[in-house]
Amino acid sequence: MIRPIRRRTVTTLATYAALGLAATAFLLPFYVMLRNALMTTRQVTSPDWQWLPDPLTFDNFTELFSDPAVPMASALGNSLLIAGVTAPVSTLLASMAGYALARIPVPGKGVVLSFILATMMIPGSVTFIPTFVVVGALGGVNTEWGIIAPGLFNAFAVLLFRNFYLRFPAEIEEAGRLDGLGYLGLYRRIALPNSTSMLAALGALSFIDSWNAFLWPLVIGQDPSSWTAQIALSTFLTAQSVNLPGLFAGAVVTIVPLAVMFLVAQRHIVQGITMSGLKD
Amino acid sequence: MTLSTPTRWAGAVRASARTGRRPRPRTDRSALGAFAVLTAPMVFGLGLFKYVAIGWSLLLSLGEARGTLDPTRWVGLDNYRFLLADPGFRDSLLTVVLFTLFIVPVTFAASLALAVLVNQVRRGRAFFRTAFLVPAAVSYVAAALVWRMALFNGLPSGIANTLGGLLGLDPVPWIATQHPPLYWIVLITLRLWLQVGLYMVLFLAGLQAIPPQLYEAAAIDGASGWRMFRHITLPMLRNTSVAVLLLMTIAGFQAFDEFYNVFSGGLGGSHTAPVHPPLVYLYDIALGDQNYGLGSAGAFLLTLLIVAVTLLQGRITGLGRKD
Repeated sequence: MIRPIRRRTVTTLATYAALGLAATAFLLPFYVMLRNALMTTRQVTSPDWQWLPDPLTFDNFTELFSDPAVPMASALGNSLLIAGVTAPVSTLLASMAGYALARIPVPGKGVVLSFILATMMIPGSVTFIPTFVVVGALGGVNTEWGIIAPGLFNAFAVLLFRNFYLRFPAEIEEAGRLDGLGYLGLYRRIALPNSTSMLAALGALSFIDSWNAFLWPLVIGQDPSSWTAQIALSTFLTAQSVNLPGLFAGAVVTIVPLAVMFLVAQRHIVQGITMSGLKD
Repeated sequence: MTLSTPTRWAGAVRASARTGRRPRPRTDRSALGAFAVLTAPMVFGLGLFKYVAIGWSLLLSLGEARGTLDPTRWVGLDNYRFLLADPGFRDSLLTVVLFTLFIVPVTFAASLALAVLVNQVRRGRAFFRTAFLVPAAVSYVAAALVWRMALFNGLPSGIANTLGGLLGLDPVPWIATQHPPLYWIVLITLRLWLQVGLYMVLFLAGLQAIPPQLYEAAAIDGASGWRMFRHITLPMLRNTSVAVLLLMTIAGFQAFDEFYNVFSGGLGGSHTAPVHPPLVYLYDIALGDQNYGLGSAGAFLLTLLIVAVTLLQGRITGLGRKD
């Protein structure tokens, strides 16, 4: 009986060692980013490695927000507006369509379902030129709505909501029916309040995607006034004048809002990833 | 995660509708009205931003459209012919195929390994899961910044060179070195860091759906850990693996952000980059040269390639096979 136990202990130790090593590697970039953001240029470029900035400086953050070449404050505001509209609206629209497709018996429903799901066959970012053509023709270049609008319609989320509402127990709706609710009332009073975990999961993922989006905001927001945080950061990164600690401060301010949200809503995010990755 | 549940409910709903046990409270007309109200925004939005957009773009791809969104001259398939003969476009396709061939197996193995390890431990499981997943909330731009300016900055004090120094290696300029192409290490590790957590979560869900009795029975038969992994874990993760491979491949073919930001970047600045994936190439054509006809044709060629690859992959991995 002694040998198997000892072997198991060794396995457990090895597992923790491997996990610890991997976790260190995964957290290292966060540490380096924070460290560099709190240092002076001289400290960052010094060949002598410093584990902790000494002395600590917050000047990079104040300089970042006063740098006229990088409109970081307005870019953060734009990102907040864009993700703040996209996440709830796209999730709600998908839930509405998903409910109708799952629960309302009308002729021709299959046609509408196919019309929506067929769009999933075209990979998303490949269509940036076709979408640019339409949004450009409608005058959406350099506007916030031009960045937001195409992202509000997510066929995949419709599919997830449809699957969810198909599983929704009929008994719950029964009470509402007896109270004389129509389909819109059943959706608004019964289905929607009972889908909060779905809404939170897909809404949180949508917020992250929207906040981190790069290609589409780059294509449509060419004027600095419509830059998102990612575009401002990328412009800062690819500019020829390099302010090394300032760059890291910029990365920190674009990541912190999401990292906080991530830690608070992690349960929903994990659920959202699982649902979107493995549709049932 | 079970396949049977939704169908079972749908079946129950349909059955009760058929027997008329549950009378509809409203006439069909009100059902039609509610259906229209609830689906109209989605149908309109997808109609405009997908169907109209793709249709319009298809027309542009068959015409000459420079600096205008109306085709000025009908050129048939010239745009497609030009692209297929253009070494720049062909190189970009080759680049993205190579990139995907690299990134998919590496990410697959790493995320599966982390999921298995995280699933084995009791204490600290939440911590490890968070540590591996939190990079998924970081943008490619911010990651490219850290990779380019800190980890692989080419200075002797850079992290990669410091670690290499511990192993006795000389410092190298990672991004600027083309022979051998060390920049691939930068690109692969970056995407790995950002994506591994997502796929690990999917594998974890798959692992937790495996009945523990299978392992208990195998342990009684004296099966080793590796044999259990090979004969229980892998086959039971088959559906998850197929889905993960598909997601990784589609994402790989659409790579843009890291290629744009790791190298010098900026509009036109990407010309100095050693490699361009197709989306960077198309971005330069459509936004740099404002050649929307050529750009549209390229978008369709890339779409065709992705659809073909995913269909082939589905055939090989047996996606949708009922077993």
